[in-house]
Amino acid sequence: MTATQIPARVPTPTPTPVGYGSIPRKEDARFVRGRGSFVDDVQLPGMLYGAVLRSPYAHARIVSVDISAAEVHPKVRAVITGDMLDKRGMAWMPTLFGDVQAVLATDKVRFQGQEVAFVVAEDHYAARDALSLIEVEYEPLPALVDAKLALAPDAPLIRDDLDGRTDNHVFDWSAGNKAATDDAFATADVVAECEILYPRVHPAPMETCGAIASLDRVSGKLTVYATSQAPHAHRTMYAQVTGLPEHKIQIIAGDIGGGFGNKVAIYPAYVCAIVGSILTGCPVKWTEDRSENLMSTAFARDFHMHGEIAATSDGKILALRANVLADLGAFNGTAQPTKFPAGFFHMFTGSYDIAAAHCEVRSVHTNKAPGGVAYSCSFRIAEASYLLERMVDVLAHDLGMDPAQLRMRNLLRPEQFPYTCATGWEYDSGDYPTTLRLALEMAGYDELRREQAARREGGGDAPLMGIGLSFFTEAVGAGPRKMMDILGLGMADGAELRLHPTGKAVLRLSCMSQGQGHATTFAQIVSQELGISPDDIEVVEGDTDQTPFGLGTYGSRSTAVSGGAAVVVARKVRDRARIVAAAMLEALPDDLEWAEGRWQVKGVPSTGKAIAEIATAAHSGLELPEGVEGHLDATTVYNPPNLTYPYGAYVCVVDVDPGTGQVKVRRFVAVDDCGVRINPMIVEGQIHGGLADGVGMALMELMAFDANGNHLGASFMDYLLPTSMECPSWELGQTVSPSPHHPIGAKGIGESATVGSPAAVVNAVLDAIGVRHADMPLTPAHVWRAMQGRALRTDVALE
Amino acid sequence: MQVPAQFEYERASSVEHAIALLARHGPEARVLAGGHSLIPMMKLRLAEPETLIDINDLSELAEIEVQGDELCIGAMARHADLLASEVAGSHYPILHDAEHVIADPVVRNRGTVGGSVCQADPSEDLSAAFAAIQATAVIQGADGTRTVSMREFFTGPYDTVVGPAELLVQLRVPIHPDGGSAYVKVERRVGDWPVAAVGAALRLGRRNKITDAGIGMTAVGAAHFVAAEAEAYLRGKPATEEHFAKAGEIAAAHCNPSADQRGPVDYKRHLAGELTRRALRGAAERAMARAV
Repeated sequence: MTATQIPARVPTPTPTPVGYGSIPRKEDARFVRGRGSFVDDVQLPGMLYGAVLRSPYAHARIVSVDISAAEVHPKVRAVITGDMLDKRGMAWMPTLFGDVQAVLATDKVRFQGQEVAFVVAEDHYAARDALSLIEVEYEPLPALVDAKLALAPDAPLIRDDLDGRTDNHVFDWSAGNKAATDDAFATADVVAECEILYPRVHPAPMETCGAIASLDRVSGKLTVYATSQAPHAHRTMYAQVTGLPEHKIQIIAGDIGGGFGNKVAIYPAYVCAIVGSILTGCPVKWTEDRSENLMSTAFARDFHMHGEIAATSDGKILALRANVLADLGAFNGTAQPTKFPAGFFHMFTGSYDIAAAHCEVRSVHTNKAPGGVAYSCSFRIAEASYLLERMVDVLAHDLGMDPAQLRMRNLLRPEQFPYTCATGWEYDSGDYPTTLRLALEMAGYDELRREQAARREGGGDAPLMGIGLSFFTEAVGAGPRKMMDILGLGMADGAELRLHPTGKAVLRLSCMSQGQGHATTFAQIVSQELGISPDDIEVVEGDTDQTPFGLGTYGSRSTAVSGGAAVVVARKVRDRARIVAAAMLEALPDDLEWAEGRWQVKGVPSTGKAIAEIATAAHSGLELPEGVEGHLDATTVYNPPNLTYPYGAYVCVVDVDPGTGQVKVRRFVAVDDCGVRINPMIVEGQIHGGLADGVGMALMELMAFDANGNHLGASFMDYLLPTSMECPSWELGQTVSPSPHHPIGAKGIGESATVGSPAAVVNAVLDAIGVRHADMPLTPAHVWRAMQGRALRTDVALE
Repeated sequence: MQVPAQFEYERASSVEHAIALLARHGPEARVLAGGHSLIPMMKLRLAEPETLIDINDLSELAEIEVQGDELCIGAMARHADLLASEVAGSHYPILHDAEHVIADPVVRNRGTVGGSVCQADPSEDLSAAFAAIQATAVIQGADGTRTVSMREFFTGPYDTVVGPAELLVQLRVPIHPDGGSAYVKVERRVGDWPVAAVGAALRLGRRNKITDAGIGMTAVGAAHFVAAEAEAYLRGKPATEEHFAKAGEIAAAHCNPSADQRGPVDYKRHLAGELTRRALRGAAERAMARAV
């Protein structure tokens, strides 16, 4: 077909309906055409390429680093070492939690894969070739791999860089009422205890981390294109690390291929790319490969938990206790609000009415990569929820009670909201029993139990059937600035809304989509408030020169915080439009009402003025009254009054092959209550992803380490992610309990399913094989061993 | 970003040309077939060949056909070709069983049968399948072709009898109308290498007496991928569940698995037995179905 034969067809414009609903995602037009712009797509004139030399040892003293051969490689433009950074005062950088982390190692390497040197070359190939020309002499030291041995007297000291440090202890922290909890345990009929590991897992986004640093030597401006979930926080951090003034730093986060917490931190190689650009005067691109991502960037979990639950003999839960040993790796790089060293773990009473609770968290260093909070965990609520939902099943096991019945008996009742739990969290809204009942109905719970009983009668080689439940509550949308900050930056979010003369809008936000569909959801929020189509609203994120300050996207905070900001700023615009409309209608603003997306004289629809007409008038020669200056634009900063508390009830059905230990997830029912749903299709997509995460962590994802600290999950051949073949067709349901304090009652959904689903899968597998507890991941080998009564320790090399 | 080290590239236009190129470039040259093992190893710089000799143009090596009483599979047949081949599946369903669980469709579209066995990974599925059905490798060099039993093809992990200036060109399998075959695998996730896998081929005579048994095992440290003691035990016995279970026990006792993150030794040994039993059962059912 020649060009002239292509029919000149102009699609009939059908505007997307105003407001909420399952509309297709605006951003998908570019993604499905391969027209996204990720960091590695960005090409700048004269750009150079970086590569990192990494430590093969988990723990070793650096005797010498010889870069002479690499430096004379014809395509190498710079080789950077720790000593060179040290001379600039940049060998160490602050972590997100008040510790320091080596940019390039100077004294020792402290985990396998740690950054030792950085090569800048004219192409990727030369950069990699030059790495093999660098000679590093190491003096290997004993590696500390097992967190449980971290405080033993003979444990190797990892952080001898810190003055006065004599052991590997980082912090002790506790929450709740110890005396009340001890009392409740002392008098309880039943106490169930269990050792539970939430293993070290990785967010493993499809796009690995990367950055391009470009320093303009004339203007002194540094531009960093980066995979950043928190561009504004990164700008401030780069100013601190490099000493460059903050107004001369611009962060541009383009499209991001998944974050899940992996892209909250800044990584040593980003800083190296900046130094490389300073040294060469050229832009320097660095993108990591898959193994680098898995070995060196922010991991998640690694909580060794001892749970205890006290109850009456008929199943009323009285108290909860948890002792946690947290393995932080070599540096404390956890990303969470400053006042909460163990994140929100102390929300561990979850969805139940538990009068007394106390938890203690002790954290230690080991010779593993730093990171700590990532992978959609809602600041450690993933760990807390998993512990609790396992403990409830352990209690059900010990009492011989049905786990659904036990949960129903202890769930918070609707009339208890707003509810303040034993560790002080104020839950905003919910009707938990209704949600659990809906999930059980959708699953056909009673029928499933009957099928299971019949199968157990049958015996033989037939698959073992298991049914697992989980009921979780999250606290998301961090957070009220009085309580919550990261590195001193309060966790409120700005928003700016500009109305062009034709009534088209641009919304500028501080948060950053990594695939969550912000361009659509936030356009719908403004659409709902202003009565214009989402097609007419452009959402701008990620470029710090173009957007207001805010803390970024993680912890399911975008809808809860930036969503609140979007509503408030749209309402400011609408209020301003009222004044202009009044001038247009020669009426008083108080005489107008907002009806069906227009300002009209009360009771007179024919007078209605739509936002577009009002915007045009605001920019026209119309004489404007007090209170408006000639446009409708507005800005705001939204400081959330409280966190929001999404929750859900999950039911998983599995079949286990008794001869091989293989697990097949037969069904998964998920009823989520995330308050008001803006785009239900996007919400369901988020849930699908999180449920797949849960199947992955429960059955296959794991970063184990051998005795020398070698990472045993450093590629996708070893770190297994679930595929569609391991996932059933998800069965979703919903209840809606609007948040009373959020401007539109939305709560956030991003992490719910990742938090809630692992326990349901694990509970189902253990129900199938009749085992009280075994740790994740329940690989075929582990299931079989658990059936033999010899469950594996999953975080170390298998023997 | 993962990028390979520098290498030279040659594209062979015939089998003879490929062999001549191999002779010219010496032992640091590697044959590029589907590339689904070699290229990732090069990107990780675990392999740094000086020269790649690309044989993807050699369509004469991609045939799957019956010649006389043998099934002949060209070394350049893609996994997807073997999976789609009715003639292969009708004579040896074990090959379809195995191909169904090798990697994923994207890899199967490109990866080759010959490349897989020449890679000689100790966990290769096809190595066990071809051991079970007692295939023969046809290897061509400058002086012509020679044949080697697939049971003598492997000289160790990642090592075969194929010489530096030789090319595996074909796999040949005798066709037995009285035979049945099956392959069973346990993997941690679809597309993963096996934790353990077993292929079995049985020929049944009157009253379902086993006249010949082939058992191939992979990922469990079985010598030459074969459970020879279990095969010997079965010959001459009736095809019963009891004998299959005993054969499984023998196979488990004689293999030598090593622990890795796929599983501990005891589990892999257990699987060797369990999967032997299941593969034999599947092979027998198919042989009996053919006899009816």
